[in-house]
Amino acid sequence: MNNLERMKKFHQAKWNEPVIYEMSEPGERAVLVPGPCCDCVSTDDALATLPKEMLREGVANLPEVAQLQLVRHYNHLSQENIGVDGNIDIGQGTCTMKYNPKVNDRLAGQPKVTEMHPLQPAETAQGILEIFHRTGELFKEISGLDVFSMQPGGGSHGVLALASIVRAYWRDKGEEEKRDEIITTLFSHPADCAVPIVKGYKVVIIQPDADGYPDIEAFKAAISDRTAAIFFTNPEDTGIFNVRIKEFTRLAHEKNILCCYDQANANGLLGITRTAEANFDMSFFNLHKTFGAPHGCGGPATGMVAAKKELRPYLPMPLVEYAPEKGYYLDFDLPKSCGKIKSFWGVAPVVVKAYSWIMALGADGLREVSRVAILNNNYCMKKILEIKGASISFPNHPSRIEQARYSWQKMKEDTGFGTADVQRCIADFGTHYWSSHEPWVIPEPFTIEPSESYSKQDIDDYVAVLAEIARMCYEEPEAVKAAPVNSTVSHTDHDYFDDAAKYAITWRAYNKKYDGYFEPKKK
Amino acid sequence: MSKKKMYPYIPNSEPVVQEEMLKFIGVDSIEELIADIPEEMRMKHAMELPAPFCDEAGLVRHVNSILNKNNTADELVCFLGAGCYNRYVPALVDEVINRSEFLTAYAGEPYEDHGRFHAMFEYQSMMAELLDMDVCNVPNYDGSQAVGTALRMATRITRRGEVLVPRNLNPDMLKAVQTYLQPDVKITYVDYNEKTGRICLDSLTEKLTENAAAVLIMNPNFFGVIEDKAQKIADMAHAKGALMIACVEPSTLGVLTPPSHYGADIACGEIQALGLHMNFGGGVAGFIATHDDPKFVDEYPSRLFGIAPTDNKEWGFGDVLWERTSFANRDSAKEFVGTHSALWGIAAGVYLASMGPQGMKELGEAVVQRQVCLKKNLAGVKGLCLDKFSGTPFQEIVVDFSASGKSVEEINKKLLEKGILGGYDLEKAFPELKGCALLAVTEKTSADDIKTLAAALGEILA
Repeated sequence: MNNLERMKKFHQAKWNEPVIYEMSEPGERAVLVPGPCCDCVSTDDALATLPKEMLREGVANLPEVAQLQLVRHYNHLSQENIGVDGNIDIGQGTCTMKYNPKVNDRLAGQPKVTEMHPLQPAETAQGILEIFHRTGELFKEISGLDVFSMQPGGGSHGVLALASIVRAYWRDKGEEEKRDEIITTLFSHPADCAVPIVKGYKVVIIQPDADGYPDIEAFKAAISDRTAAIFFTNPEDTGIFNVRIKEFTRLAHEKNILCCYDQANANGLLGITRTAEANFDMSFFNLHKTFGAPHGCGGPATGMVAAKKELRPYLPMPLVEYAPEKGYYLDFDLPKSCGKIKSFWGVAPVVVKAYSWIMALGADGLREVSRVAILNNNYCMKKILEIKGASISFPNHPSRIEQARYSWQKMKEDTGFGTADVQRCIADFGTHYWSSHEPWVIPEPFTIEPSESYSKQDIDDYVAVLAEIARMCYEEPEAVKAAPVNSTVSHTDHDYFDDAAKYAITWRAYNKKYDGYFEPKKK
Repeated sequence: MSKKKMYPYIPNSEPVVQEEMLKFIGVDSIEELIADIPEEMRMKHAMELPAPFCDEAGLVRHVNSILNKNNTADELVCFLGAGCYNRYVPALVDEVINRSEFLTAYAGEPYEDHGRFHAMFEYQSMMAELLDMDVCNVPNYDGSQAVGTALRMATRITRRGEVLVPRNLNPDMLKAVQTYLQPDVKITYVDYNEKTGRICLDSLTEKLTENAAAVLIMNPNFFGVIEDKAQKIADMAHAKGALMIACVEPSTLGVLTPPSHYGADIACGEIQALGLHMNFGGGVAGFIATHDDPKFVDEYPSRLFGIAPTDNKEWGFGDVLWERTSFANRDSAKEFVGTHSALWGIAAGVYLASMGPQGMKELGEAVVQRQVCLKKNLAGVKGLCLDKFSGTPFQEIVVDFSASGKSVEEINKKLLEKGILGGYDLEKAFPELKGCALLAVTEKTSADDIKTLAAALGEILA
């Protein structure tokens, strides 16, 4: 049996699992709670100390389920979820889906990490502080920058940290009011656009030129004494490396503008070129993407910020530092800091995982990560472009870095089926596919990022699935319309998500709006 | 020629495979694929990183040699709280969130990552019941961001630019909120009553005007004291057209009144205490909950998973009001969304389902019983005063050591010598509380722990 036939036989776990409230049996319990610690005070006497008007009447309407039944329920839900470990997860371009070594989870999941209180005296937390510090030291070489904060809780949070640093910097220079614009590009991550607005900036978006690069003439016209910073991603979501990136930073620096590099797509650049070589003042890196920590269904994560030493005073406080006389410690002495970005100091388990990942690979290994990510991407690209109906954005670029943005526009014109139909169909083959960030400037887009974790066979298999779906679109329209048929659920009525009269965001909201299985309440 | 090193995480590092792939692409080397990158931008040297630990055993030995320098809160006797709690995490919580189908998933679609959508919908549903609200979001970064976003939501709903924040808010949280609200939202601070430790209603009356978008309370507040005048505060806010936002500790709600019952329009806070390990402060995630009112629901920046029918009478799930989010709308979105803390939401869901209604009630009872027990045991220790605030505490108490002439730092150092993590030094954030510490208990705190602390303080303060 070839691999396409194998994948056609796929059938995802389908348990028709109830909502947990439907499993509830009064009196059941999965876990018991310790009783009173001693008999010096009874529970009733303790409760009597509380103000009567602040005591909850009755109990919260939580489900009542015994332990086996609860474990089984969640195991069923996990089986109805694929994840990186269960599929060739290259269809989620821009997100660098890759293998997350199990040893890292073991290291970060042990009590020496999990049972640490953030406010413990530094002398009792030397190990975890040392991991933070060592990770920063590694990034000095990986980024070419000088100072670090592990505080941000994800990539968008990293952008928030950058925007906050920009504001603190200009406040200190007395130009906070004047410098009220941030420039970004159309193919950068949505957060590069949305976050500066939260920090009170006007956002100017540079459109791509005919080659897919940010239009440098538009950029020259946009920068001014009002520009506080530029937020550029490179490579952008098209996978095209901006060969003029240094020209952008040069032009910006001529007007004293801060240059912020979104390095969420750094997986193809390790050991090849860095933030420093592009002459950016600061950047962020996603430890949960490039640096091998798992994505956890959407976090917890880390969007580590790196900056030139001149910007150290503005970084989020505290920073993790080392001094021979006191060891590793948290430095709060940053009077010009942009403030705090996150509760406490950052997501320690993610930092432990990233540290372990880097220390397992070393300099040669990191470079091999990028070399293979590039090789995989270009191999994948050539194969995808052999599929009828598929094309690529800005086809004048013969190669791409770590990902590429493609289009099904031709197939849509020929068959009426586009990217959303491919997305529905692919669930029947045991794998995943995402379209692309909005706006869809590239019509009927899809973005594929075959990071270094996937084998040649994996890529062949994935592309074979895309080719098979394209064939179905051209030859078996009824089969495409019916999909998904082998997945956990059949077609879901998305009309229920955009209408206030119909959406139900919790079980109780569902029960309030409907009598039974989506029969509206009679008025 | 020496054999090329193999990397277990990189299957295509095998030279024969690379040759085959390059041949297919039609180039001679990987270098040709990055020929675009200008020479002036290339690194001029190989990265100078420490020699790697190529074998897993060596890596484990190395990382553990560093981490073993830690003394965990479980190896010590822990009375530290202040926004992060040494709670018991049931084994099945770790079992579920370490299943790799959840741990390694990310942005899958409803059809192949149905389980993630289902689990998050259940988390939202259980949180909503605990809070007695109808809408709750997928967790965001932490309680700080939840408070910051709740306040920003209020400014958009009321179209007002000022928020009232109490001085008895968690100071760590406050710092992140300040960053989040700069520069366009004005924060006006409401004092706390120095006798009760609760929000000062006179100060609130003075500060509260029709410019206020929201009045925030923390309940129990940072001093551990219950804000029992919460309904009065909500009434005062509403009378001026402002919203009332309550930042609450959800683990207390098995016993304490949910915020919607005392007039909160938005409830928000931190879920660390619901089955998340402390993780040196990394086990944090925030929640926001509201009534099912489009005026409020439209203003969430974060993801909201809803339930919907499928063609085959199954439960389907998906994103509600996707157009709100920055994923859909970039520069015209409500704040922003990205990778937040979804896995911790699944953990909290498992925790709430494990505990059930009685478990959450018993948890609250266990905590308050230990708090009263702690107070009773410390009452006889000379040199400390438990009457700094007259307000009723729930799980944390303020202890005033100033009569002893010793600083909190000094006392904590001596406690640590005896293997005890003492209380949070309040002077750091509240200079007027010099000599005062905040001591926390959880259901993990034993009678022996409390006796050990009382005996140690007896010796240190003697």
